[in-house]
Parts: sequence; C-alpha cells; structure tokens
Amino acid sequence: MSSNLELYSEIVGWEVIDQLHQLSSLLKNIRVVHVNSTREGGGVAEILHKLVPLKKELGLDVSWEVIDGNSDFFKATKGFHNALQGHKLEIPDTLLKAYEKTNEQNAEKLRSKLMDADIVFIHDPQPAPLMNLFPDRKGKWIWRCHIDASRPNRIVWRYLRDFIKGYDASIFSLAAFAQPLPHPEYLIPPSIDPLSEKNIELEDSEVISTVSGLGIDTDRPFMLQVSRFDSFKDPIGVIKAYRLTKRFAPTIQLVLAGGEAADDPESQAVLEGVRTAANNDKDIHILLLPADAHRVINALQRAAYIVLQKSIREGFGLTVTEAMWKGKPVIGGDTGGIRIQVVNHHTGFLVKSPEGVALRARYLLFHDEKRLEMGRKAKAFVKDNFLLTRHLREYLTIMVSLIHGEDERIELG
Amino acid sequence: MTKKNSKRQPFEVKDCALAALATGKKAQNLKEMRDTIETVHPGSIYYHFWGGLLKPRFDDPEYNNDFASWTRHGLHDGILAERLGMIDPTTLPDLEDLRRELIDTIEEHLDSNEHIPWAPPDQQFHFITSQIVVFDTRKVIISPPELVGAVSTMTPSSIFYHFIDARRRTFGNIDDFSAWLYGFKEKYVDLCNILGTVDPFFFSLTELRNRLTLILEQYFEERT
Repeated sequence: MSSNLELYSEIVGWEVIDQLHQLSSLLKNIRVVHVNSTREGGGVAEILHKLVPLKKELGLDVSWEVIDGNSDFFKATKGFHNALQGHKLEIPDTLLKAYEKTNEQNAEKLRSKLMDADIVFIHDPQPAPLMNLFPDRKGKWIWRCHIDASRPNRIVWRYLRDFIKGYDASIFSLAAFAQPLPHPEYLIPPSIDPLSEKNIELEDSEVISTVSGLGIDTDRPFMLQVSRFDSFKDPIGVIKAYRLTKRFAPTIQLVLAGGEAADDPESQAVLEGVRTAANNDKDIHILLLPADAHRVINALQRAAYIVLQKSIREGFGLTVTEAMWKGKPVIGGDTGGIRIQVVNHHTGFLVKSPEGVALRARYLLFHDEKRLEMGRKAKAFVKDNFLLTRHLREYLTIMVSLIHGEDERIELG
Repeated sequence: MTKKNSKRQPFEVKDCALAALATGKKAQNLKEMRDTIETVHPGSIYYHFWGGLLKPRFDDPEYNNDFASWTRHGLHDGILAERLGMIDPTTLPDLEDLRRELIDTIEEHLDSNEHIPWAPPDQQFHFITSQIVVFDTRKVIISPPELVGAVSTMTPSSIFYHFIDARRRTFGNIDDFSAWLYGFKEKYVDLCNILGTVDPFFFSLTELRNRLTLILEQYFEERT
C-alpha cells in the first residue's frame, strides 16, 4: 500500500482502501485525462489537486490538463455558469464565438493527449465543446457538471446541450441538478481531503496566532463565511444577518473570507458591493485571501464560533463540508448541495433569509452544549459521506462500469 | 473469520457500495408519480425502498420508503404517506409486484380525491436508480457458530449486502445468512425462522448488525 493511502486508511479504515485497490485493479494500463479551466481557485481545481495524485497511487495513468482562454472566453463561461444557475441573461454571439474558437484552439493543443485517452473527464461547461472536436476519439468521454443546474436558463442549456449530449456519461452532484440527457447520468457529491492543508488538525496556538494576525479579536466570537465574492453566495445577505444578530449579541464579529478565482470576472464588482455594505464597520472583516491560503482558512474555520454558507444557489458547497469536518454546525442556505450536508437541527440549520440566519445564530450563541453536539454529529456525517476516498471510489466505479459494461451489478474480487 | 482454505461451502463475506444514477424522470404531482412508477426501471423502485438504508440518518425514519416520505413532505398528504409507508416489500415476490402495489395504492387514493396534490418546484421527486458494486473481503465463514463474531464486525454495507440486497438474489427472497444456513438441512431452521422475523426497516444498518449479533449470540449460547 502506498504511503498516502496508508494515511487515509487511518481515518476511514483499511476496508475502504482495499475497495479502492479492488476497483483500480480493473483499470490498470488505461489512460485517464481530466480537463478543466483553472489550476487554482474554486472547488473543482481543489478536488483535482487531490484526486489525480491518488489515482496515480492506485496505479492509473492519469493526467490533468487546463484549457487556456481570453477574457471574452471567461465572460462567456461565467455567463453559462450564471445561466445554468437560473439567471435570465443573454450571452452575445461574439462571446459564444470566442467560447467555440477557444475550444477549437485548445483541441489542437491537447490533441495528442485526448485523442488516445481511454477515459476523459471534462469538468463544467468551459471545455464541454472539446468532445465534438474529436470525432475519431478512442475512449469514453464523461462530462462532470459541478454546478446547480436544477433550473437552468433554457436558451443557454439548449445551446450547451448540443455539446454535451454526445458524451458517454455525465456526472451531477445531486439528482435535482441532472437534466435529461441520452446517456447514463451518475450522481456523485464532491468531497474534501482530510489530509490537506485546509483540513488537517492545527495546534490551538497556530489557530489563535493566525486569526489574530488577520486583525480579528480572538477574545470575542465571530461568524464566518468562506466563499468566493459571488452574488450567489449572498454576502450582502450575510452582512444583514450579522447586523440582526449583533442586536442580541453585541460582541459578535463577522468574517467574510474569499479569494478571486481566475475564471470569475465578476468577483471584483461583488467585492466592492460588499465593502460598501460593510460601511467601515470595524467588526466586519473582509479578507481577500490568495488561492493558496489553505492553512489560514483552516484556522479561521476552527476558530469560528458559527459558520455560515448563506448561498441562494449552490452546486455543493465544499466550505460547508470543511467546516463540518472541523466540528462546526453550519447555518446554510436551503439550496442545492447544502441540503444534503446540513441535516436540519442535526448538523446545522437550513435557512431561507438573513432573518433565518440571525435566528439560528442567536440560538447557537446561547446554547453552547447544543452547538458542540451538533458539531460532533457534523464531523461524523462528513466522515461517512464526504471524504475524498468515497469520491474516488465512485469515480473508479464509473470507469469500471463504462469500460467493463454498464450492468446493474458489478462483482469484484 | 477464517481465510479461504476449505473445501466445504463456506460463507463468503462481501461488501458493497451503491453508485447512484439519475433516471431523468421526476414527478411534481401525484399523477406524475403514479405514471412514472409504472414505467421506471425496477432498479429505481429498489433504490427508493432500500437505498435509504445505506444513507446515514439521525432520526428514526418516519417512513420505510422515499415515496411515502415525499408524499408527506412534498405533497403534504399524510393519509397516503401512511398507506405507502405500510407497503412491505419483504412480503412481495419481486419488484414488479412491489411496483403494482404502489400503483394500486396511489390509484385508489387518486380515485377518492377530487384534487391532485402538487409539490413546490424545488420539492420534486427525482427518480434515482443505482448500480451495486460488490467487493470481496476475502473473508469466509466455515461453520455457523462463527457467524457471531463475523457478523458483529461486519461493516454496515456488508450487512446491507447480506441482509437486504440478498432478498433480490436468493430463492425465496431471504437473507444470505438464512440461505447459507438452510444448506445445513434441518439443523438451523429454527435460527432461520428467527432471522426471518427481523424487520430490516426502522433500524440503521449498525442497529441491524447489533440485533443480528444478539440473535446469533443467544442462539448459539443456548446450544453450547
């Protein structure tokens, strides 16, 4: 057994690692390529940074390719992202042309790697047109949608569907996100890596020094939301919730911690809106962190009294999983993947408004034993459901299924 | 448990995981639910009755299947939820009979109500099916008394495979333990009868494992 897998076995048990070996033994000598649009920033890149090396450890020949694009390309794909999450918008033809042209250019660049690959995972809409540009492809192509596409803008979905329908399979995070497509649609929630910088155990001294180094008063409680500065994460609603909570808990602070993702051109405008809404309140800490500030986020999540993820749309919400893994109950928006993580009144609370956040925050602030108990449940829930090893097992299952036949029952060993 | 080395017919301990697949079918009202149940792949009926057992849960489940649960929480129809919740798949020969029972129960309810209940757009019922991946643990049980120690240390998903999934695979729709014990002719028929009384619903898989362990412990203690 390789060393990383040994470390995981200490957390999840050796039976789980043995299952990974059984599945991967059927996948020796196949070439797997993942393609997305950014190496850093956002949940997709983070998951690939972990999944790819682990697949290699299991003996698979895996690589990860990133497509290039100009600002028009990323404006188009940000538009797709928003439209799939239900925004009513039109994407100009010039941007659509830039999207298609960029994919053509990337197809040429990646031709040697993708042409003969046995399995290609295409992540999200950015590289979706690549498949049609490989009419003589050898392997199976899988489209992985990380977005809440439960109620997509129909015009944009129809446009993207033409690129997606020819794939051999697709993967969605939740059944509600899946759209009718003429191929198998797997359901795989994402996961976190318990051994990553963002999730490993930290000494209390490091947590306190990191948090105080950010200007946060460690003698007073703070509410935390970690997310990109994106309107779907509703940072303005979080500020409203904080103000409502502060009426009852005057010492409370708010920390909004986020970074800029390379493929999100709108984050600057949202950040400016957040600063305006904060109105120089000294107890609101707006932190623009670099993409590699994983240990800082880890410390913030461990130090937070209450963790929020007040999204109004959410693909999955890995920040929820991260906080739960650190024993924190989460007050989350009643939407998307947050619903399958936050079991109402057990691992946190589901809310629909800033008032809902404030109501539950007040409860947790004044019921410490309940807060700790919910945190314990939250951690156990993540261990059983949302760790990287489960995610990897499901990816391997799909590969085995596509290569060895899509039977209802796959017998190993 | 013993490593594989016997010429007798040992009990091979397996483990499993379900890979969920969207069927693309969904229902927003009771009529759509009825129509979709009629045509959906039997694997989806199986998933919505049994798949929930592999999901961890914090409360005792209100209902033993997803159809009943959605009827209550999506459609807010408590009476139909109770009726659907009383359907016991272990008493029906196969999934087609289970499908028929569901349809009959829903149709009877539709016939006696003027209005078709609807769910809000974000509370639709999504029909899911699954592939089961079966793992070989490379552990075997040679003699029935070994079941006590073996069952007590099985993973919850092993319990699912041998006590729940088995009912789709075995003659007479029984669990794997009973199917194996019947191979010893009359010797363990009374134990099989006791195992047959265990209602797999309303227990988590861990609770189910504990209950099976207790039954096995008591049975073999009384005979030593």
